Amino acid sequence: MPYPQALKELIKKVEATRPERVARKKKGEEVPFMSLDERAATLQFHPDVKEEGRRALLVGPSKGYRLAHEYADLLEAMPRVDPDKVDLSTPHIETDVLVIGGGGAGTAAALLAQEQGAKVLVATKLRHGDANTMMAEGGIQGCSKGHKDSPYYHYLDVMGGGHFVNVPELVETLVTEAPDVLQWLEHLGMNFSKFPDGRLKTMHGGGTSRKRMHYAADITGAEIMRTIRDEARNRAADITVLEFSPAVELILDDQGKCAGALLYNMETEEYLVVRAKAVVMATGGSGRLHVQSFMTTNHYGATFDGVVMAYRAGVPVCFLHTIQYHPTGVVFPEQAEGILITEKFRGIGANLVNVEGNQFVNEREPRDVEAAAIIKECTKKGLGVPTPTGRFGVWLDSPMIEDLHGPGTVEKEFPGKHILYERFGIDISKEPMLIYPTLHYQNGGLEYQSDGSTRIAGLYVAGEVGGGVHGENRLMGNSLLDILVFGRLAGAAAGVYAKAKGASLGKLSLDHVRVFTKELQESKVGADRVSPLLLPDYTLLDTKSRQLTSHYVGSLR
Amino acid sequence: MSTTAPIGEDKIVAKVTSKHVPIYVMGKRYDVPDSLTIMKAMEYAGYKFIRGCGCRGGICGACGTVYKKPDDYKIHVGLACQTVVQEGMHLTQIPFYPATRTVFDYEQTPAVAEAVFKAYPELFRCVACNACTKICPMDVPVMDYVAAIKRGDFEKATELSFDCIQCGLCASRCMAEMAQYHIAQMVRRIYGGKIKPKATHLAVMVDNVKAGKFKDGLEQLKKADVATLKQLYMSKDAREIEPNMSEDEWVPTNNAYL
Repeated sequence: MPYPQALKELIKKVEATRPERVARKKKGEEVPFMSLDERAATLQFHPDVKEEGRRALLVGPSKGYRLAHEYADLLEAMPRVDPDKVDLSTPHIETDVLVIGGGGAGTAAALLAQEQGAKVLVATKLRHGDANTMMAEGGIQGCSKGHKDSPYYHYLDVMGGGHFVNVPELVETLVTEAPDVLQWLEHLGMNFSKFPDGRLKTMHGGGTSRKRMHYAADITGAEIMRTIRDEARNRAADITVLEFSPAVELILDDQGKCAGALLYNMETEEYLVVRAKAVVMATGGSGRLHVQSFMTTNHYGATFDGVVMAYRAGVPVCFLHTIQYHPTGVVFPEQAEGILITEKFRGIGANLVNVEGNQFVNEREPRDVEAAAIIKECTKKGLGVPTPTGRFGVWLDSPMIEDLHGPGTVEKEFPGKHILYERFGIDISKEPMLIYPTLHYQNGGLEYQSDGSTRIAGLYVAGEVGGGVHGENRLMGNSLLDILVFGRLAGAAAGVYAKAKGASLGKLSLDHVRVFTKELQESKVGADRVSPLLLPDYTLLDTKSRQLTSHYVGSLR
Repeated sequence: MSTTAPIGEDKIVAKVTSKHVPIYVMGKRYDVPDSLTIMKAMEYAGYKFIRGCGCRGGICGACGTVYKKPDDYKIHVGLACQTVVQEGMHLTQIPFYPATRTVFDYEQTPAVAEAVFKAYPELFRCVACNACTKICPMDVPVMDYVAAIKRGDFEKATELSFDCIQCGLCASRCMAEMAQYHIAQMVRRIYGGKIKPKATHLAVMVDNVKAGKFKDGLEQLKKADVATLKQLYMSKDAREIEPNMSEDEWVPTNNAYL
């Protein structure tokens, strides 16, 4: 729906201050970036600091670690399947490498494992490519311009954004592998936005010291995903993709090495035993858990499954005490609620302004700081813009982009968002967008090394399901980079491992599930919950009260 | 399933309740709030999606939906996650439609139009009926990009097909029975990887990284304690920030670690 009259009146205040803001921007005068102390003070308004929002884990390898209730609920939960009912003696499928997850990390892993000579099975919960990768808009970081940038500056930016607690080796790998990943994408036929002579267009993101955000209009993730998915489909002789078949449990062998997974065909409700010489866990994130009831930008299947499975098998978790809230999610119109408005809008110069039309923060602070500043503006300061749906937001002043870069820039650089708003009767080249922070990214996850390996032999981790490289807060553009850097490395390492050591697999076992279940029972926790979740449940409570099938849990009957 | 913070209806319906209207899902009537998208309305009615739901943000192509309105003979189309319900609409999702995709060896495929013609000879069965363009939920001019491919103009075809989300609705309507979106994907890859000029600055950077040019600087950073890192991070000299409105040619004053 178009903006109602009350909001149109408030937009006049944004228009009133715009000429002056544009003039300042053109002169290079910015609202100063916060000092580290100011950042710390602002972060007091971030959802992460709410102690009542989390609790200490009572079971598993990271027992005692405090994280969100929504995470703890799924880590402290019963398995979907009784191990005693599963016949492991005759696997339904055998493969060299099993990749769990069909997003960017999983697909990159599949391609690189295949290049080592491995037969690969990709098991994915929805369709191949239904993943947060597809939804990433703004860009992919990586230094490509030697006259002003190098991995050194990228490293500093990543550490600063992550509060200096990131795992140094992982950061080093991320920034040094980045140029190679960009070249790989270019070679595979991804259409980066370029100057006519082939130079890559780049811009800033929050917390970058150099313009190193590479992009493909405002659908960078989709362009990456469809390119590498197409390549995986060309290698169908070696890469098999099983859709609507999520893994629900890892399978180990009798020596504790990873040996496959139990898959669940969501349509026929059968369970399948896959024996694999190596496994890459690439299930992505967890926005659909709606931590602290926040709206989310994430796709339908982002439900924490991989962390649950690997945690049960003995892999510790880290950095899960922080969650990324993207500063700019749609808060009105209601139909688009939670949808991501790419940081590229701010990278290219759009200000954030409050109900008075005043700028209250530099638009290129790191995401956690930016999100906290918006929450503070709407709560403590009471300067949020009230929506007709009873919420608050602030303006993202997209029309000023036209003043800064010329008429038509908004439609050209942001075709996806332009058409989205057009459907609701809003022209974002003329009217600003109303936004509020939205649950966006799982900063932490499973512990892993630079080659994707974990403390379980034969189990590799890639992408959002892992934790460490982004510390306590990820910068824009480092997630698309992360999934490809570590997806490729994990895939290659898994392929090599499968070839070299795969023959020594012992008897398949789900004993780790029995042990974990026993620990739950002894701790008297989680008996009324089942995980992994697989899909979120949006059924109304009223409707639910009439769905009388016993033990109805998600798609499980 | 009990959770401490239940996932539930507040995620579907905003606090302000709106008017209810009837919609017909595959012929069956449900009364739903008129402010909801088709996807949320179906969930409101009690559906739980396995297929027909993906990103919920209008980019993945999982939820292509066709519908008719009362007193209107036309077939309308939209993404269930993006389209608001209308009173009396009759709808069904088309979450999947069979489509032919030709496997091709990307490395060996030459950047010529004939390679695409050979992989997809059905291109020339196009009768220019424009049904593909009419059904596209993303307003992609499908017939026009098919014409561009037939002319061998891959740059134009890439530009015109760029917003394609590969939902497959075009293929469902095609009289020539081709899968336009797979053909466009092949064309975009050939254009992006084999025709568009390469980024020479990127190739130089890759070589420099491989030659170990940045190793020492990174070693220093890896060994640095948090206080040193913080000092470097905030320093206007050690970490000079490129101005937002600068041109691509901008160079920093301190080039010690370039």
